[in-house]
Amino acid sequence: MLVYASKRILIGIVTLLAASIVVFSILEVVPGDPARLMLGMNATDDAVRTLQEQMGLNQPLLERYFRWLGGLLTGDFGRSFTYSVPVISLIAERIAVSLPLALISLALSTAIAIPVGVFSASRRGSIADTASMGVAQIGVAIPNFWFALLLVYVFAVVLRLVPAGGFPGWNAGVWLGLKSLILPSIALALPQAAILARVTRSALLDVLGEDYIRTARAKGLTRRRVLYDHALRNAFIPVLTILGLQFAFLLAGTIIIENVFYLPGLGRLVFQAITQRDLIVVEGVVMLLVATVIVVNLLVDLSYAIVDPRLRSRS
Amino acid sequence: MISATAWRESLFKALANRSFLVGLLITGTVALMAALSFFWTPYAVGTFDIAGKLKPPSVAHWLGTDHFGRDILSMIMVGSRNSIAVAFVSVMIGAGVGVPLGLWAAARGGIIDELLMRFNDLVFAFPALLSAVLITAVFGPGAINAIIAIGIFNVPVFARVARGAALSLWPREYILAARASGKGAARITVEHILPNMTNLLIVQGTIQFSLGILAEAGLSYVGLGSQPPMPSWGRMLFEAQTMISIAPHMAVFPGLAIVFTVLGLNLLGDGLRDVLDPKLQQVR
Repeated sequence: MLVYASKRILIGIVTLLAASIVVFSILEVVPGDPARLMLGMNATDDAVRTLQEQMGLNQPLLERYFRWLGGLLTGDFGRSFTYSVPVISLIAERIAVSLPLALISLALSTAIAIPVGVFSASRRGSIADTASMGVAQIGVAIPNFWFALLLVYVFAVVLRLVPAGGFPGWNAGVWLGLKSLILPSIALALPQAAILARVTRSALLDVLGEDYIRTARAKGLTRRRVLYDHALRNAFIPVLTILGLQFAFLLAGTIIIENVFYLPGLGRLVFQAITQRDLIVVEGVVMLLVATVIVVNLLVDLSYAIVDPRLRSRS
Repeated sequence: MISATAWRESLFKALANRSFLVGLLITGTVALMAALSFFWTPYAVGTFDIAGKLKPPSVAHWLGTDHFGRDILSMIMVGSRNSIAVAFVSVMIGAGVGVPLGLWAAARGGIIDELLMRFNDLVFAFPALLSAVLITAVFGPGAINAIIAIGIFNVPVFARVARGAALSLWPREYILAARASGKGAARITVEHILPNMTNLLIVQGTIQFSLGILAEAGLSYVGLGSQPPMPSWGRMLFEAQTMISIAPHMAVFPGLAIVFTVLGLNLLGDGLRDVLDPKLQQVR
């Protein structure tokens, strides 16, 4: 277990470092001078020189990389050039929208998908199975932002039950804040739930074909006991893998969905930063999201060992 | 190599497979629509008709008109070219780079293999949308950058599939025979390993194609994909958003086009997997 865990953690750290080099180099491959790119064509030489100094562009490459990396580790992401505030405070403000959105969507999609997948697998070939997998097949093909538009039309424009977009801020009250996250989370969650339900079903069907399931049935356990005690636990690994991957897609998905609902989250921040050429902000947000993806997948890898005891002894 | 009888046998099997048939029908329709758009569309996509703007579906405009009075059906037809081209080229990039990498890692093993797996971890940490954001931040938006972003994301997918398949093929007897006859690793890979994994690659290619259509739509929706005046399904949805309360049909049809296409490709992929890989079918 210790060997497995430390190898995974080491790989995670190496991946993080490599990702930081990729994100950092993006600024370096900018055609021309990043400071000039950010300030635009009409900038005076003085302004460019000041920004160059502020960004430390006159220092050697390696020194800059390590200073940037050191900054990331101590929570100093640099200063936003358009907002004139530390990037970290912008991120902190926006993450209060994006993180709840991603977590609610993940919870929602899991809560829908796992029961549907288990139900379908346990009644394989029935009308209910065919129908729910048919719906899932269509769900997989639906782009979440289009689904979001349809939800806005039905629930905000026609029925006027929820706001069409915008975010009142958590200070306006938790309920009002949550209310404006309802449609975005549903839009994000349902297409993901379709994928997860299909994976759960096929993982469970694979396990149900194993010899030990027949043995468990033969020794007189009910179908129900076999399903919950033996099959579900063993079907968990592929489901966990997909959950980890889906978290990455959900995070990326929030970027798009925030634009549908005008939510002031990380996604809106990154797009504003792109239009304003605030590359320091883009760099910071992308690095944060990439780091989150890596850490979540590391946690998923580590949790395999909890679900599957065989992995604990294997190195 | 596949014999004529084996080929005919899989053709019969394919035609008996419902998902394959429906998928082929849908995909074929979309492909025909895209091809037709080169020669004929109900209206020219560049012509504005402000007097006839935001019209719901009618006999003259089957799917209605948008906020510039452009015919939505014509735009969907021309937009399909964009979706197909971006998704196709991204799959080619993914397969073109990923498959050789995977084959190489499987043939050499050891440090090369380990490096490839770490490279995969790295690329998987950047969802297509994030790499698109990075690329766009530096080089500006456009269809080419969308292709690169989606293509990069496809590389580790194909590398993983090719590596896995090659690893399972290497211990086979006919590979041993080829080695005994003095063929090198590179030659064995090209002559024996690669031809035996084409089925898998075709199935994966179909899946990545459908994911590419979805990714391209998402990117052009947020303005990171192809730019006006080239119509694209994603941007049609973006433009529909501000009109949603007065002209919901503008949002409905481009979205249906995406769902229809992706559904067709997914069904085709599922069907192909069942037809081409009988082992997998038994497990399911």
